[in-house]
Amino acid sequence: MLNYTIRRLLFAIPTLLVISFIIFLILDLAPGDPTGQLPMTVPPEVREQIRQSLGLGEPIHIRYLLWCNQFFINEPINIIEQMTGWSFSDEERLRVRSWATRSPVVDLIIERTPQTLWVVGMSYVVGILIAVPLGVISAYRQYSWVDQAGTFISMIGFSVPTFFTGVLMIVVFSVWLGWFPSIYDTTHVVNDWDSFVYQIKQMIMPVMVLALFNASQISRFMRASMLDNLNQDYVRTARAKGMTEQVVVLLHVLRNSMIPVITVIALNIPQVFGGAIITEQVFKVNGLGQLLIIGIQGADYPLVQTLTFIFAVLIVVFNLVADVLYGILDPRIRYD
Amino acid sequence: MKKFGTLLVTTAVAALVSTTALAERGASGHLNIIYWQAPSILNPYLSGGTKDIEAASLTLEPLARYNEKAEMVPWLAEEIPTVENGGVSADLTSITWKLKKGIKWSDGSDFTAADVVFTADYCMDETGGCQQSDKFSDITSIEAVDDHTVTITFSKPKPFPYGALVGGESPIIQKAQFQDCMGAKAPECTEQNFGPHGTGPFRVTEFKANDVSTWEANPNYRDAAKPSFASLTFKGGGDAASAARAVLQTGEFDYAWNLQIDPQILIDMEKAGKGTVVASFGTGVERMMVNMTNPDPALGDKRATLEGGPHPFLTDPAVRRALSLAIDRQTLVDVGYGKAGKPTCNVVPNPPQYVSTANDWCLTQDIDEANKVLDEAGWVRGGDGIRAKDGVKLSILYQTSTNAVRQDTQALVKQWWSEIGVETELRNIDASVFFGGDQSSPDTFQKFFADIEMYTNLFNGTDPESYMNSWTCGQIPSPSNNWLGNNMPRYCNPAYDALQDKLAKTSGLDARAEIVREMNDMLMTEGAMIPLIHRGRVSAHSKTMGNVKLNTWDSELWNSADWVRLQ
Repeated sequence: MLNYTIRRLLFAIPTLLVISFIIFLILDLAPGDPTGQLPMTVPPEVREQIRQSLGLGEPIHIRYLLWCNQFFINEPINIIEQMTGWSFSDEERLRVRSWATRSPVVDLIIERTPQTLWVVGMSYVVGILIAVPLGVISAYRQYSWVDQAGTFISMIGFSVPTFFTGVLMIVVFSVWLGWFPSIYDTTHVVNDWDSFVYQIKQMIMPVMVLALFNASQISRFMRASMLDNLNQDYVRTARAKGMTEQVVVLLHVLRNSMIPVITVIALNIPQVFGGAIITEQVFKVNGLGQLLIIGIQGADYPLVQTLTFIFAVLIVVFNLVADVLYGILDPRIRYD
Repeated sequence: MKKFGTLLVTTAVAALVSTTALAERGASGHLNIIYWQAPSILNPYLSGGTKDIEAASLTLEPLARYNEKAEMVPWLAEEIPTVENGGVSADLTSITWKLKKGIKWSDGSDFTAADVVFTADYCMDETGGCQQSDKFSDITSIEAVDDHTVTITFSKPKPFPYGALVGGESPIIQKAQFQDCMGAKAPECTEQNFGPHGTGPFRVTEFKANDVSTWEANPNYRDAAKPSFASLTFKGGGDAASAARAVLQTGEFDYAWNLQIDPQILIDMEKAGKGTVVASFGTGVERMMVNMTNPDPALGDKRATLEGGPHPFLTDPAVRRALSLAIDRQTLVDVGYGKAGKPTCNVVPNPPQYVSTANDWCLTQDIDEANKVLDEAGWVRGGDGIRAKDGVKLSILYQTSTNAVRQDTQALVKQWWSEIGVETELRNIDASVFFGGDQSSPDTFQKFFADIEMYTNLFNGTDPESYMNSWTCGQIPSPSNNWLGNNMPRYCNPAYDALQDKLAKTSGLDARAEIVREMNDMLMTEGAMIPLIHRGRVSAHSKTMGNVKLNTWDSELWNSADWVRLQ
């Protein structure tokens, strides 16, 4: 297993390099221009000067190598320096800088990560907490009213887009009832009970909107996997041995049914980091998803390039995690 | 919750204070502003974006700025220099600003002429990519005569010498803070760019790029009784509709900027009674540019250039007049703009003394008259209802950027034009491509590979000289100048160019206004463009806020020092 993991990690390096180059090419070939959002009153000569100052005058391979140098060498050194306090050299290292904010992209990402992890991560946890019991009950009591209701809710969660449910919730709970704020305050600090309550209040709507979507997806997987297992021979054997239904379902069936579900959950974790572009916009959470969309709109290529590449890394890593988990959970599967 | 409690207390205090007219710094408590486009940086010289310039205007101030009536008012300067008071030299080649005394930066140090000189040097450094450098054009030198006097010398006579260091786009930055950030180093000074020291009513306490910033009253502000607000939150993100909702319906925010949304939605939201929608008109005009050159793809490299030859039918004045007559501008306003628009027939719609009345025939739609004009010009309807003459069909490709209001406008115009026998094909292009100026894209508004294109343009400040220069022959975009240039209609008229030269040499407001009106009329009668809507700015503020004066000539937050909380 260790060998397998190391082999996969080594193989990931060329894969990621190719991915980074493809992202760079796509962004470069895409229409759009960093000066496109400037007011019309800025004359064309000034626009050209701005483009030059952003380094757009260089040929594409030079710009790609520069980015690689900044991202793979300078940024890690910076992070090590910040964490340990050591200093490798005194000379200025070029960092990956956003064209819109002129600040290092990595700092922006670090600034945005907490709210994304809180809101999107929490919605994922809540989604799983709803989905697993719901899937189990739906499968165990197939075609009962719980199963029907569960199917109906997941159908809604799946098919109604979050920009609709989000705005609907704002209209009901912020405008009509006035219970929750419609705008997320990213500067809010939790330091006592009142501020904790406020934090819950401002998180509840975005978390629930996303949790509904996540739960509907995972509960379907859970239900299907449970149904597969409930009809297996080992279940009949367990029952024949006189075990209680509780033991049969929760110990034997649930464990075995979790294997594919855990894989699905692991594979979806990179999406948590990717943020929820639409939901973040609707509730003004301003996390990684909103950072990405602003970067795309403003043709802020260093930002978009770095963010998408980090997402690519996460996807590759969590694919590996899912594969390894699969091997650990299911003794029948061996990679070596 | 606690926040809301203190908010209530402070508003109550503010009410007491305002009724007794005893203003005090910080008495109004906390202010919440939402700009749905989040500010990215607080250095206007590194960002031309309105959101960034306006956010920075809370702390950075220019020598003079425009008030809501488009009048120039001295801000950090004692007075506006003119030829009469000796501030501008008689040959119009230099201007001398006298600075107010006793002004302090938010860090407590003194504001002097050195800061002003430094600001100009900072932007004029060619390696810095300064986004306001056009404001500093033609400056040969800028010198501090003494601690409170600055003289700017120009390479040629400047009848309007108030470009540099006037208005929200080119405020003064602090030398002590930015002196290590010149030229190529400018973008690397993140700390300075995110937290500039200023002379204005507020100062930054925390800045999260593209998200939110928090501010507090500047303890060193020149008026001890101002600003009335002790602190403010400047939130960004979301969209215009949700920003409007936060002010008008839920009351979470006090001020929302640029609410360009369906007018009906705005009216419905305003009914909740929490806020007021305000509109103000500057110089923005939504117009159709008429392509005078032939955009036929068969012409290859000569497409939409002067060398490619004239347009097959848009060079006929009768066609251009008929197209304009067929449009009901008031309906376009009602459908797409509401309070934020009014019909116009001029490309210079403001300031009032520059506005011509010679073209007002276009204000009323007249389909019959339009049909008559086309009939008389020999354009005959064919079997399909489309007019043609000598084998040339009146078939128009009409392009604009992707935007709900623009697509509504396109659909309405297509309908009206079909009533006069003109066939229209509609096209919309993503704004970042259309306005992006990418040389390799065929879809930019400069290349104009279409017959008609529609967008809004405007000029900053009150002087339209550089704006009028857009339609001189030298400004025609073509492959030889990398399609850089503002003359989208490819209009070229020596008489117009002569007027532009005259304008560049004429001083005195009335004389200049007369020339501008003449140039505007020339463009209109020759139909180089078809103006549609005079576009205003729409914002909303809470009913508990006082002294908001929406200003389209400068930053909307220009008088934030005077803003108060009412009860």
